[in-house]
Amino acid sequence: MIAHSVFFYIFSLIAIVSAVMVTVSKNTVHSVFFLILDFISISCLFIMIGAEFLGMIMLIVYVGAVAVLFLFVVMMLNVAEQKGQWFSSRWDGGTHIPIGLLVSLIIFFELIIVIGGWKYKPDLLNSLSINISTDVTNTRSIGNVLYTDYIHLFQISGMILLVAMIGAIVLTYRERAGVKRQSYVKQISRERNEGVDLVEAEKNKGVKIDA
Amino acid sequence: MLSIGLGHYLTLAAIIFTIGVVGIFLNRKNVIVILMSIELILLAVNINLVAFSIFINDLSGQIFTLFILTVAAAEAAIGLAIIVVYFRNSDTIRVEEIKNLKG
Repeated sequence: MIAHSVFFYIFSLIAIVSAVMVTVSKNTVHSVFFLILDFISISCLFIMIGAEFLGMIMLIVYVGAVAVLFLFVVMMLNVAEQKGQWFSSRWDGGTHIPIGLLVSLIIFFELIIVIGGWKYKPDLLNSLSINISTDVTNTRSIGNVLYTDYIHLFQISGMILLVAMIGAIVLTYRERAGVKRQSYVKQISRERNEGVDLVEAEKNKGVKIDA
Repeated sequence: MLSIGLGHYLTLAAIIFTIGVVGIFLNRKNVIVILMSIELILLAVNINLVAFSIFINDLSGQIFTLFILTVAAAEAAIGLAIIVVYFRNSDTIRVEEIKNLKG
C-alpha cells in the first residue's frame, strides 16, 4: 500500500512537472519530449490503478503515433528554435498574462471545490450495469463489451479515423509542377497513326525529330 | 494521505487540466504548443474517466476513454495538417502573427 502511494506521488509529480514544461519551454522540440514524458507517466498510473489495456494503448497511440507526428511536424516546419521570451507580449502589451493566470486560477479552485465537497449518491452503485469482474483480465473484459454493447460507437470511431485520414491527405496534398509521372491511360490509348510517322528522308540531310 | 483514493486522481487531473488551459491562454509562441495543450486537457479528462471507472467499479468509463483516444488522435492529425498548410501559405505559425480573421 505504501509502495502504491509512493509510486503514485512519483508518477504524478513527474506528470505535473512535465506538463508545466510543455507549456513553458522555449524550444518546441523540448515541449514535444516533455509531452511524451507526460504520457508515459500517466500511462504508468493507469497500469498501476488497474487499467492495463488503456495504459498500453496510451503508450502505443500517444507516444508511438501522436507525439512522433508532432515531432515530425515541428522538425518539418523549422520552427523549433523560437527567439524571444516565453510568452512574448508584443501583441497586446502583455495584459493577457495576468488575466490568463487569474482565469486559470479561478478554474483550478473551482475544480478543487467540486472535488472537495463531492459524495456518491447512495444508490449510484446499484444503477450501473457493466461491473468489472476480478476473474477476467482487463483487456478481455473491455473486449467483451466493446464488440457487443458498444459496436456502433466502435464503428463510428473507425469512420471518424477514416474521415480524419482523408481530410489530412486532402489538406496537405499539392500538385507539384515538373514531376514526370507515368500516365497509364495515355500509354494504353496510344494508337498506330499517332505513334508511328512515315517520313520521307532526304539524302545527306537526315530527319529532324521533334521530341 | 498515504492511501490513494479517488480524490488524489481527480486532483491530479484538475492540475493537469489547468496547466493545459494556462498553456492555451498564455502561449504566444506557436500553434503547435496550443495543440499540445489541448492534448494535455484531453489527457486530464482521460484520467478522470479511468479513475471513476476503477473506483465505481464500472467498465464504461474505460470504453469512453478509448473513444476519446480515437477522437484525440484524429484531432491531432487534422490540426497538424491545417498547421502545415498554413505554414506553407504564410511562412509563419506564430500565434501573434496569425490574424487573418482579425480576432
